[in-house]
Amino acid sequence: MAKQMPKRNLEKVGLSVTGACVALVTLVVVALIFMVAQRGLSTFFKDGVSIAEFFTSTRWNLAMTNEETGLPFTGALPLIVTSFAVTIFSTVIAVPIAIGAAIYVVEISPKFGQKYFQPLIELLVGIPSVVFGLIGFHVIVRAVRVIFNVELGLGILPGSIVLALMILPTITTLSIDALRAVPQSYREGSLALGYTRWQTIWHVVLKSATPSLMTAVILGMTRAFGETLAVRMVIGGVETMPTSLLDSASTITTTLTTSMAVYATGSVQNDALWTLGLLLMGMSLIFIMIIHLIGAKGAKARG
Amino acid sequence: MLAFDCSRRQFLGLAGGLAAFAGLGLAGCGGTTAPAGSTAADAALTGTVTYDGASSFQALVEAAAEQFMNDNPDVSITGSGNGSGTGLTAVADGTVNIGNSDVFAETKLEADQAATLVDHEVAVVGMGPVVSLNVTVDDLTLEQLAGIFSGQITNWSEVGGEDAEIHVLNRKAGSGTRATFEAAVFGADVPDFAGEAELDKSGDVQTQLGSTDNAISYLDFSHFDDTKFKAIKVGGVEPTSENVTDNSFPIWATEHMYCQEDADEVTKAFLEYMLSDDVQGSLVEEQGFIPVSQMTVVKDAEGNVTEK
Amino acid sequence: MANATSVTTATSGAHAPEQEGRIRRSMRNDKLATGILAAIVAIVMLIVVAMVAYILFQGIGMLFQPGFLTEASRSNGTEGGIAYQLFDSFYLLILTLIISLPISLFGAVFLVEYAPDGPVTKIASTAIETLSSLPSIVVGMFGFLMFSVNFGWGYSLISGAIALTMFNIPILTRVITQALEDVPSSQRDACLAMGLTRWETTLHVLIPAAMPAIVTGVVLSAGRVFGEAAALLFTSGMSSPARLNFFSLNFASPTCAWNIFRPGESLAVHIYKIYGEGSPEAQHIVWGTAAVLMICVLLFNVLSRIAGKALARRMTAE
Repeated sequence: MAKQMPKRNLEKVGLSVTGACVALVTLVVVALIFMVAQRGLSTFFKDGVSIAEFFTSTRWNLAMTNEETGLPFTGALPLIVTSFAVTIFSTVIAVPIAIGAAIYVVEISPKFGQKYFQPLIELLVGIPSVVFGLIGFHVIVRAVRVIFNVELGLGILPGSIVLALMILPTITTLSIDALRAVPQSYREGSLALGYTRWQTIWHVVLKSATPSLMTAVILGMTRAFGETLAVRMVIGGVETMPTSLLDSASTITTTLTTSMAVYATGSVQNDALWTLGLLLMGMSLIFIMIIHLIGAKGAKARG
Repeated sequence: MLAFDCSRRQFLGLAGGLAAFAGLGLAGCGGTTAPAGSTAADAALTGTVTYDGASSFQALVEAAAEQFMNDNPDVSITGSGNGSGTGLTAVADGTVNIGNSDVFAETKLEADQAATLVDHEVAVVGMGPVVSLNVTVDDLTLEQLAGIFSGQITNWSEVGGEDAEIHVLNRKAGSGTRATFEAAVFGADVPDFAGEAELDKSGDVQTQLGSTDNAISYLDFSHFDDTKFKAIKVGGVEPTSENVTDNSFPIWATEHMYCQEDADEVTKAFLEYMLSDDVQGSLVEEQGFIPVSQMTVVKDAEGNVTEK
Repeated sequence: MANATSVTTATSGAHAPEQEGRIRRSMRNDKLATGILAAIVAIVMLIVVAMVAYILFQGIGMLFQPGFLTEASRSNGTEGGIAYQLFDSFYLLILTLIISLPISLFGAVFLVEYAPDGPVTKIASTAIETLSSLPSIVVGMFGFLMFSVNFGWGYSLISGAIALTMFNIPILTRVITQALEDVPSSQRDACLAMGLTRWETTLHVLIPAAMPAIVTGVVLSAGRVFGEAAALLFTSGMSSPARLNFFSLNFASPTCAWNIFRPGESLAVHIYKIYGEGSPEAQHIVWGTAAVLMICVLLFNVLSRIAGKALARRMTAE
């Protein structure tokens, strides 16, 4: 007894220690969601900001007071539009490249892919986002100035390019996995029918990998939507409705970084920022749900 | 049975997690109060002072802190310059000991919050409009500045320069430099105009202005750098410290360092040091600021300037 | 698109010469597609190599500058070195791993070995998945309010480490779960048949067997944590103490390097703080810091491969 616990007790210890860890993580996540939601919603319910105005007004200025309502200007539409714009543009840039590269290393030159391409692309995953931002600030912004002949070169376009670089490895590695998962027999069948390699890829491999490829793309978009500092460094930070890709703008995350510490906890301005945080959290939950839906649909299609 | 078992364990786990959090919390309190307690022993000062706030005079605070730490090796003073608004909020919230600000706390905080803070005016600094090196204009009136920074004047030719679009670089809304500049140019009636970029720090303005043509922004005198951009006259008055002392150059701010009323020993000692001759006598001017004692006028929270 | 039509008609059996033309066209398309794909791969590789080379080229000179790696920063980071930022980065990483490793390890064991199929497990894995998809700025905001403000820790290393933990747990849990699942079930069954409890089996057989994969995963995640900045802005702060004493054992002292309640600044945050500063010296420091950060991340990358391989070899040799 003194030397060794009875087996049953030992099993209980194991179960409770590991269970406690999982419970702790779950608790923290629940606390986080609850806290962000509570603070974010108090903008509407405690401070009396109109929900419609928050999502439709185009004027965001926390430093000024709206004479009519006595509240700061909290029209988040420009931020939301900019966030979606950079996410979509970066995806549009990155997806063809990522999937193209994935096709090449899976279908055309697997040995080369495994030996050289994958380690290199994993390296890109590891590069910190501030370093991407730094390169964006010094190289991409300068290139945009020269190419488009603009003075500042800050805005949605350089932001999208930087983000495209950042989500490229995410989408590429996941696409590689997706294509590898396509059964070899599909390819053999198609080739046996006399299709060329490209026809096989286009009509058979890509088609059967579509759900997994979509998951890859959405995970990339999730990352782009939530990315903060790299975007801040190249987008300019002006919280107005973007009118062109080369005008300064500000995403949700950008505004959070620059304004969060400025306003005291509990003030209307601070609550409005938490509402932005809630929006970010909500979007990432929606992205997860889409992925689950795709997964469920894929499972159903396979029977 | 199994389900019940699990839910009970789940509950235990939850409780355990909470206890762990609470425990960490207590440890945290112990950690932060310890230095304050040990200073009661007097003699050598020990403890930590943190500050945040205006980037315009952060260099001055840092230089003074360096000297102070040389004299008091057991004191650690650390902080950063994330803007006046951040500094004031942080000191009111208690996340830092000292909040540095270009503006009066009353203008950024709720009245009851501002009332708990103690003000220390450590220096005065002029702030002036700065333009890209290629701009030929070297003098703007306050009215012209108001036109440019409200978006009504958009071409340099309208203010006597060449035919080129004006690129306005602003600071973020929390910036004390922006607040000071706008108060001097617009008074109470500040327009909602963002410009073409909103930058985080004075250093960012230096960089952007240095690499952009036809741009205009504003900086405090200590951030002027003739090699990258040029400072221009306002209403014919040169942006120099002498002209600020009697308000003939109208854009200037008093640099405030705020602490809580019940600040600890070290914080108070450091703030006293900031006001002592060691700092006011030499360091302030070395760093490009004006000692408060040299001013012949004072500015109140509403921006009214009166003779001393 | 032209492809799609050519295929559908090709299969519907047209006249022979026409079909030959189509075949030729599809062969040509095949070559064209291969060429385009090869070009894409070449461009991607070129971008990666160019980026890494550019950063190292810009920053490597600073590493040999005397004092850069050994001096504290001055003037808000625009002068001096990055010694304390370097130390803080590693210290934050170690603190984060101390907190997150046991939680993730036991959490993964629960999910793989103990978890009954049911709502509890489902909720837990959903929670972890949610955590993994949260933008790091949201984690940072939560950490700021919870630890820095509510708990009164202010800007402190421990607040930062907990925020990083929240960021790290999903990554680690996924890696460890995967590693445990990959242990052949025959090993598990053999232990249980010998009368060992699940707990003993896990501690003495499964975890050691999964060790190479776990180590690889931990080191890779360390690289991610090392470069994270957004979650740290509001938790560990944007400044490091001006002076640190590495030999002090008075953990409550603000100058003690090991004090977890002092503010700290990681290399990544340092880059964000001074990237816009105009002076040439500040720009040198920014690039130098970026190079140091890159080299560290590269080292983690290489290290994870070597460690994983070495452990696996030792395990199989036994």
